[in-house]
Amino acid sequence: MLLQHAATAGAHPLSGTAADYLWLLPLLPLLGFVANGLLAMLSVVKFGPKDPSASHGDDHGHAAHADDAHAHGGGHDDHAVVRHRFASLASIIGPGVLALSFFLAVAIFMAMRGAGEIHVPFIQKYFSWMPVGDLQIDAAFQLDQLSMVMVLIITGVGTLIHIFSVGYMQDDPGYPRFFAYLNLFVFFMLLLVLGSSYPLMFVGWEGVGLCSYLLIGFWFSEKANADAGKKAFIVNRIGDFGFLVAMFMLFANLGALDFVGVNAAALSNFTMGSTLVTVICLFLFLGCAGKSAQIPLYVWLPDAMAGPTPVSALIHAATMVTAGVYLIARSNVLFSLAPAASLTVVVIGALTAFFAATIGLKQWDIKKVLAYSTVSQLGYMFMGVGSGAYVAGVFHLMTHAFFKALLFLGSGSVIYAMHKAYHHTGNHEDAQDMRNMGGLKKYLPITWALMWASTLAIAGIPPFAGFFSKDEILAAVHNRHSGTLFDTVTFLGIPGPFVMLVCYTLGLAAAFMTAVYMTRMMLYTFHGPNRTGDKEREHLAEAPWVMTGPLVVLGVLSVFGGWFNLPKLIVELIPIGPVASLEHWLEPVVGASEIRMQGGAVREVAHSTEWVLIGVAIVIAVAGIGLAFARLKPAKLVPANEALPEHGIEKVLANKYYVDEAYDEIIVDPVVATSRNLLWRGIDVGLIDGFTRLFIQSKDQDSTPGKVPMGGLLPRAVGWIGSQMQSGQVGTYAWVLVVGMLLVLGAFTFRS
Amino acid sequence: MLAESLFFSAVLFTIGVVGVLTRRNAIIVFMCVELMLNAVNLTFVAFAQVYGVAGQIFVFFVMTVAAAEAAVGLAIIIALFRHRQTVNLSNINLLKG
Repeated sequence: MLLQHAATAGAHPLSGTAADYLWLLPLLPLLGFVANGLLAMLSVVKFGPKDPSASHGDDHGHAAHADDAHAHGGGHDDHAVVRHRFASLASIIGPGVLALSFFLAVAIFMAMRGAGEIHVPFIQKYFSWMPVGDLQIDAAFQLDQLSMVMVLIITGVGTLIHIFSVGYMQDDPGYPRFFAYLNLFVFFMLLLVLGSSYPLMFVGWEGVGLCSYLLIGFWFSEKANADAGKKAFIVNRIGDFGFLVAMFMLFANLGALDFVGVNAAALSNFTMGSTLVTVICLFLFLGCAGKSAQIPLYVWLPDAMAGPTPVSALIHAATMVTAGVYLIARSNVLFSLAPAASLTVVVIGALTAFFAATIGLKQWDIKKVLAYSTVSQLGYMFMGVGSGAYVAGVFHLMTHAFFKALLFLGSGSVIYAMHKAYHHTGNHEDAQDMRNMGGLKKYLPITWALMWASTLAIAGIPPFAGFFSKDEILAAVHNRHSGTLFDTVTFLGIPGPFVMLVCYTLGLAAAFMTAVYMTRMMLYTFHGPNRTGDKEREHLAEAPWVMTGPLVVLGVLSVFGGWFNLPKLIVELIPIGPVASLEHWLEPVVGASEIRMQGGAVREVAHSTEWVLIGVAIVIAVAGIGLAFARLKPAKLVPANEALPEHGIEKVLANKYYVDEAYDEIIVDPVVATSRNLLWRGIDVGLIDGFTRLFIQSKDQDSTPGKVPMGGLLPRAVGWIGSQMQSGQVGTYAWVLVVGMLLVLGAFTFRS
Repeated sequence: MLAESLFFSAVLFTIGVVGVLTRRNAIIVFMCVELMLNAVNLTFVAFAQVYGVAGQIFVFFVMTVAAAEAAVGLAIIIALFRHRQTVNLSNINLLKG
């Protein structure tokens, strides 16, 4: 490993501590990827794709574990599923490298805490990656408080999800391949948060996109899964275009692309609120909207649920989709110089939070509920970072990683139990449809309790984690509606303060609906009578400890996650812990920008206002849960195959406002039609083939004389002239050579 | 001395060129190529008197390459003769377009 310390790192308080092993953080998952990938390839190469323990598309192996509704292929005659021959090795390597990475991250974190106040990021330079003229990009990692938080979340939650996967994927024929992809994902994610420049971050950004694609389509023998992977990849390309354009503009105007250089140059070169910086920020946000599933690019995330449930937990809830929030928090200097762009971020975030929450109200697939809930919660995070409350956004990112990972893994545990039960009896019902569940509390007590903890967390009931983070975001949006930079800007002509208040209201409405749909999910899944079926019921059972263990850890984090950043107000009333730890921790990274966004000074809000805001948030959450309990009657629900079709607004919601259909109609179909009719039939077949027929003798020309009268005439004429030069006589060639040489010599001699 | 040497090597080189261009026997053409090479060698040696030993060293390289070239060239001519029973270059025009 080439260890060259940058000039700043030489005297940095972190050099000489555990932080020197920063490079090992992403390297460990990469090694895990290589090892698991080799195992997966070895089993296919050595034992062939038809080997029962290695066949990816094998029908019964697939059905044994696919949690996709349509994956119940035949082959139910045989219940004994062969485990992959390398399963035990892969289950040591996969979670093992992640655990090592996590312990190293904790050691680095301890070193950072021990080093006192650090105001300069610790930069470790490895080699010069793109030295092209003025463009100097180093392959270097940047460790500061923000990337440290992200690394801890990624490796911590990642380790738990890897351990869960050992149980969840145990019978899958693609077992080592699964862990190879998961490890690769963590590698790219760490690259994303540790990269010291936008281009390096972009490498991680694209890498996680690739892994997301690979894992959504993990069971690629089903066309629906492969299509979902493609959809995610293509929708993300639109966002990545924005990210790229933003990078080009940054380099063209600032001449730097590393974070330290950009931040320094932006403060001196960009004027506050100038068009240039606003446009750059909007392009950056386009990238965020793609990766973090915001309107209008959110459509891929619900489809991404086609992947295995641990993937949904790790990639499509806890880590990758938060990359957009991280990007804005990382670019806080730029965004604090562009209040108009920040306001746009708040508006899109609020609209997404509201819009996705309404869809979540009427979904029947347990994972789809959680998918729309994720989109909605990401909207909250963007409201936070958009309004300049970067700490609040990152705080919600953290608590959301805890409780949403728990919700997804819990749903994975439910699906696992349902699937086993259906598999035992050879039933082909949908194991993910809540209408087929009900009363699972009796059979899955641990999962039930933990899911309730995370539901209360996401609904915002104190003292669970989500309450603190969500309240902080809503309070920030409300408190900054006037007297800040938002006074100076408008959104589509509407003045900023009014827009902020509307967004606050949307956020409250979304919080209310979150409480409703999460309670609905819990009621239909775990309460009331069981609708699974009489024979199947006997086979419902809690998952093994390798799966419930990680759930318990996440459960503890979901309950106590709020302690990472307790509001001053509450601690003054009840001394339960340290005040605003995360805020102090992130202060060197985002503090200056937060103050700039608030118009130059920290705004003190009256205690009474804060108490009212907290009170409103609690009332809304309780009201949502209460309404769900009062109105929803799980006892009246019928299994999916007996359900009546929905009508009116319910049908619109169940069909997700027909957004996918509209996109198909407006974008996909015209593109396909243009490609087929104009580009293929018109230009390719008509123009290019027609033109080339002039030059190329078609194969069937001899059999159908006169079809192409000019066929091949021009190339034949040119060829004939060329062939006459080739006499085959060495002497002639020598003559040409000598004459040519004399001409060149003569030209040089008589030039002057 | 230098002028005479250069003149002599120029004459040798020209003889070689004319030989290559006019003769039809592959062996003789081949010998003329060798003559050109040695004319160049002579130039190198002549200049080495003025500019230092580098030219002399270069000659060794040329001689080495020439030896290798002779081996390959003669082998080709022999193989050619076995196939066509002739070494007359006018009759060898397989690569005619």
